[in-house]
Amino acid sequence: MSLRIVVCVKYVPDATGDRHFAEDLTVDRDDVDGLLSELDEYAVEQALQIKEAADDAEITVLTVGPEDANDALRKALSMGADKAVHVEDDDLHGTDALGTSLVLAKAIEKTGYDLVVCGMASTDGTMGVLPALLAERLNVPQVTQLSEVSVDGGKVTGRRDGDTATEQLEAALPAVVSVTDQSGEARYPSFKGIMAAKKKPVESLDLEDLEIEADEVGLEGAWTKVDGATERPARTAGTIVKDEGEGGKQLAEFLAGQKFI
Amino acid sequence: MAEVLVYVDHVDGAVRKPTLELLTLARRIGEPVAVHLGANAEDAAKILGEHGAVKVLAADAPEFAEYLVAPKVDALQAAYDAVSPAAVLLPSSAEGKEIAARLALRIGSGIITDAVDVEAGDEGPVATQSVFAASYTTKSRITKGTPVITVKPNSAAPEAAPAAGTVEQLAVTVADSSKGTKIVSRTPRESTGRPDLTEAAIVVSGGRGVNGADNFPVIEALADSLGAAVGASRAAVDAGWYPHTNQVGQTGKSVSPQLYIAAGISGAIQHRAGMQTSKTIVAINKDEEAPIFELVDYGVVGDLFDVVPALTDEVKTRKG
Repeated sequence: MSLRIVVCVKYVPDATGDRHFAEDLTVDRDDVDGLLSELDEYAVEQALQIKEAADDAEITVLTVGPEDANDALRKALSMGADKAVHVEDDDLHGTDALGTSLVLAKAIEKTGYDLVVCGMASTDGTMGVLPALLAERLNVPQVTQLSEVSVDGGKVTGRRDGDTATEQLEAALPAVVSVTDQSGEARYPSFKGIMAAKKKPVESLDLEDLEIEADEVGLEGAWTKVDGATERPARTAGTIVKDEGEGGKQLAEFLAGQKFI
Repeated sequence: MAEVLVYVDHVDGAVRKPTLELLTLARRIGEPVAVHLGANAEDAAKILGEHGAVKVLAADAPEFAEYLVAPKVDALQAAYDAVSPAAVLLPSSAEGKEIAARLALRIGSGIITDAVDVEAGDEGPVATQSVFAASYTTKSRITKGTPVITVKPNSAAPEAAPAAGTVEQLAVTVADSSKGTKIVSRTPRESTGRPDLTEAAIVVSGGRGVNGADNFPVIEALADSLGAAVGASRAAVDAGWYPHTNQVGQTGKSVSPQLYIAAGISGAIQHRAGMQTSKTIVAINKDEEAPIFELVDYGVVGDLFDVVPALTDEVKTRKG
């Protein structure tokens, strides 16, 4: 029996670019290049390693996003995922985390799964709540924030490094897993992988396919509202000194002046 | 006055500072009711009461320690049902955010994470967030259900506000479906004796310029002279020079101390995302072109191995 792995990925604005808000206070996606969220590359990598350790496994990479989000799917396919599902619908514009979790959960159920793998957070919203929301919606265990993960004998095990302790976790499949950037470097797509990705199937779904009403998602359906966004004023230029033997002392003087010493 | 649930982050009854900050923020919206899950609620109640908790809803069940997150969601939901609060506040830790998300879904409410401020508003609490690597500040509110908001550490100064802090037992039934993820073993992190990174008033971080694990004691010595926490950039962590739990940045911890000192850190966007809300920023770097200097209140262009030890000595001398 094949192990069905679904990896959730997000297409995000490049964090090294100049990110802005559009007039409706959603992220202005036209303003900056998008790419596969770096933290989701770790999820793809762990899914590939789980597949490689399994007798028989298949990886579906899933995204919710505009047409361009296809790029994120292609990247994951070129790394080695087998097929892709792209949920795309004009009514999805402005969907918040709760709405996104609804769309993803429905798409995951439609695709069929034994294991869902996510990154620890997106690099744009950085909320880190989607894996927990998916576990709640799918009513399966959440095995999240893992720096190590493995699947064997219908069980997933992993290590979670928390603020105050390190925990070893275990859950029966099906389950939702999220992995941190400590789980292991993501591989680069090979030329062969890039060529193969072009032929891999990408299924396109819309809200109707998932039996979701338009008012359950999008800006209208969002459970939170951004009332205002202001660009942080540029910091006033600080004092910069060159160390010519006295740099440490001068810095101490500054810190004392600010009452830190 | 409306009640506001505050989820208590503690280690065996020792309440962590972000919870006291939450109580301070909760008082702007209503009367704080703390929810303490686990052992030693009486110990916690004392300090929670001193910071404004009118009531402490306490529950202890073995399932909180045996399974991940979900039993705590059951408990917080029980508290929500008992109180019908105007809002629910939790710390923006990994666990706090996961509990918040699942609770929000269950009670049909919106969620805001990583707030850096919370105020009362005409249409419910208004949360301030710092987004896109702190290049924007947004004001948001929740439009459906009871606002569930997680707040970053150091977002408010804890204020004393004596209140009853009466402990009441909360009846919790842990659902079978909440026992899916077993915690097979738990190893508490060894204490370094230094303040917790996310809670510290001062953070001293080292980066690529520290050039080796053997050199990190230079950073630690400065931190100790200032009573500061030690942080590290991703480059230093990836190189294996310092533990990941000390990583400051987008994929590590987000800090906003009163003072942040970056030594040998160039200031890549990912690092800036984790420290840009610090009140005062100081950098020491050999490269005068390093982007970190765009952020600083005070910068020293120089070799950290000269500047940092000299600063440490000077701090020690001045502190006597």
